[in-house]
Amino acid sequence: MNTPAFKHETFRDDYSFSNSAEAIRRFPFPFPEDDYMYSVNIEQHEPGAPGSVLEHLIDIDEHYLAECEDRRLTLEQDPDRCIITPHMIDAQWDMVELVMESLAADYPQWFSLSKNGDDWHWINTPMGIDQQFRFGDASTLPMPPFEFITRQVQGDWIIMDQRDDDLFADMGMVTSQADWSIAFDAGMSFKEWHGPVPQANEIGVFDRALKYLLHLQYGSPVRRLNWTMTVNPRLDTSPENYPFWGPDNVSVTPENVGDKVYLRVELQALFRLPRSNAIAFSVRGYLISLNELVTYPRWGKRLHRILKGLHPDLSEYKGLDHYRQTVIDWLAPMDDGADLGLGTQPE
Amino acid sequence: MTTLNVRVAAVEQVTELVKHFTLVQQNGQPLPRFSGGSHVVVSMNINGRNHRNPYSLMGSPDNTESYHISVRRQEQSRGGSVYMHDQVTVGSELQITYPVNLFAISKLAHKHILVAGGIGITPFMSQIADLNRLGQHYELHYAYRSPEHGAFVEQLREMCGDRLHCYVESEGQRMSFQQLLSQQPLGTHVYTCGPDAMVKTLLLTARDMGWPESHLHSEQFSAPPIGDAFVISLAQSGIDLEVPGDMSMLEAMEEAGLEPPFLCRGGACGRCELEVLACDGALMHNDHYLSDAEKTAGNKIMPCVSRASCQKLVLNI
Repeated sequence: MNTPAFKHETFRDDYSFSNSAEAIRRFPFPFPEDDYMYSVNIEQHEPGAPGSVLEHLIDIDEHYLAECEDRRLTLEQDPDRCIITPHMIDAQWDMVELVMESLAADYPQWFSLSKNGDDWHWINTPMGIDQQFRFGDASTLPMPPFEFITRQVQGDWIIMDQRDDDLFADMGMVTSQADWSIAFDAGMSFKEWHGPVPQANEIGVFDRALKYLLHLQYGSPVRRLNWTMTVNPRLDTSPENYPFWGPDNVSVTPENVGDKVYLRVELQALFRLPRSNAIAFSVRGYLISLNELVTYPRWGKRLHRILKGLHPDLSEYKGLDHYRQTVIDWLAPMDDGADLGLGTQPE
Repeated sequence: MTTLNVRVAAVEQVTELVKHFTLVQQNGQPLPRFSGGSHVVVSMNINGRNHRNPYSLMGSPDNTESYHISVRRQEQSRGGSVYMHDQVTVGSELQITYPVNLFAISKLAHKHILVAGGIGITPFMSQIADLNRLGQHYELHYAYRSPEHGAFVEQLREMCGDRLHCYVESEGQRMSFQQLLSQQPLGTHVYTCGPDAMVKTLLLTARDMGWPESHLHSEQFSAPPIGDAFVISLAQSGIDLEVPGDMSMLEAMEEAGLEPPFLCRGGACGRCELEVLACDGALMHNDHYLSDAEKTAGNKIMPCVSRASCQKLVLNI
């Protein structure tokens, strides 16, 4: 991929966010077939096709600087979006190592990491950060190590401690969540955390997923895609700020639907961390407006069929009820019913 | 499964029965970091057959130059430890898995009681490095047969100082679990690794005294025992396989070119668990993973260490 200039855009107020043609083409469209049912759908997080969002362990795209700035604004208003508990100190440093090593190896034009024993030198050129520090000594960084590094990477990060054959969300940087809260979920076990997902506990999905994750190996990260929809390209759709974005859900009309409604896809990746034995769960969101999406007719037709057949419980859980029918009606004329075959490709 | 190619950089005879191997990456790169209590699975090609044994990492997790494992020679076994003792020398090349931790220290504990018997000392050595680095409150209680069998005692004394308590059986020194566990502050966790009888007794004592299950940690790896041959029928793939007496079900499936999931290969982690659909005899569970109730129910089995005394065992794979 040609290196994108990082865009100046906003995820609040005037919502100037948009995708370039290149970003639309590489969008991680999540529907390989016409029906959707909640599933674990986990696969190895191995490098994908060049140019795709899966090319590197951690994807940096044209929205990098704007997303980091949006995180800064959210933290300024609400520092509790970054939760760190004292027993997660080794996991903090594991995260510093994971992010810095990945970014420096995959994007040497923007990031550099040099080490002399435990004396590390990190340069983040796009953000103008040049930091020398001692690995393992938190006093040599301007803020807690986990906060320092997660302010410099896209997506939310939840770090789970493994104990008592369960996983506990004991650390997190969460500023772009789909209506959940790290302050609320901090300390919860895996099953408590997933309690609200309908149609899933009944089919034993979480028992199997938990057992699988407890055995997740260092060096073998895994990933899955999840999706929802959102009104306006807002990253911070947190329960805390529901009054600011909730009313948008009833603002969708047949005239503005293509512009205002976004498909929001989460690339979720899970990494075993080496020194802490914790698991890092990254939730990287990608937003695309319906107008942008239907520039590829195959995607428009597929989304139409998915939304028509979506189980009512899932529609409610994902918060789509207010505008789902408006979206279906808008997409319907574009769907000629042709067989789309399997696969998520745009064309 | 991600693996590492290593070379033996040093071999040290620690006691009459224990050898300590230092492993470095063949490509000269640093080894992955790990957490205290982790193990690796070492692959050995013995007479054309692939053996894989788990061994605890006993070096400091801060050391990424080399990994350290120790192997106790077990004469009454299928040959993995004897191979490590007799065939593996400086320069030997081995394949190991990435570290896996089934015996992690609890980060919320206020105090840690570590109880080791014999070669069971090894996982504690990397745990102690972590506990020291994190400034945690701990005690190590280490029992062994006689002064000559006290592997790593000097090194442990340096690492632990007066937190090390040794119990030498030949000198009549016995650990009293009752006493050890009776006067611990709230929030204490106990960890044990060693001979089966020691681990079971300690856990029973702790449970009897009302210790919560979440505060008890143990690790034991079994070697696949030798038994009678039987046939496994793999329902999903429609294959029947003979399991010879000196091979585990997991090994038999691998020999047939299948790739069933596994991690520790010692009956501890549960990754290779399979569903039993039918058995015309008795299951012989040798793992430490399934509960007694699950073993009695008889619809799950760990193919890495367990067997069956039967003609045919039907598995859902």
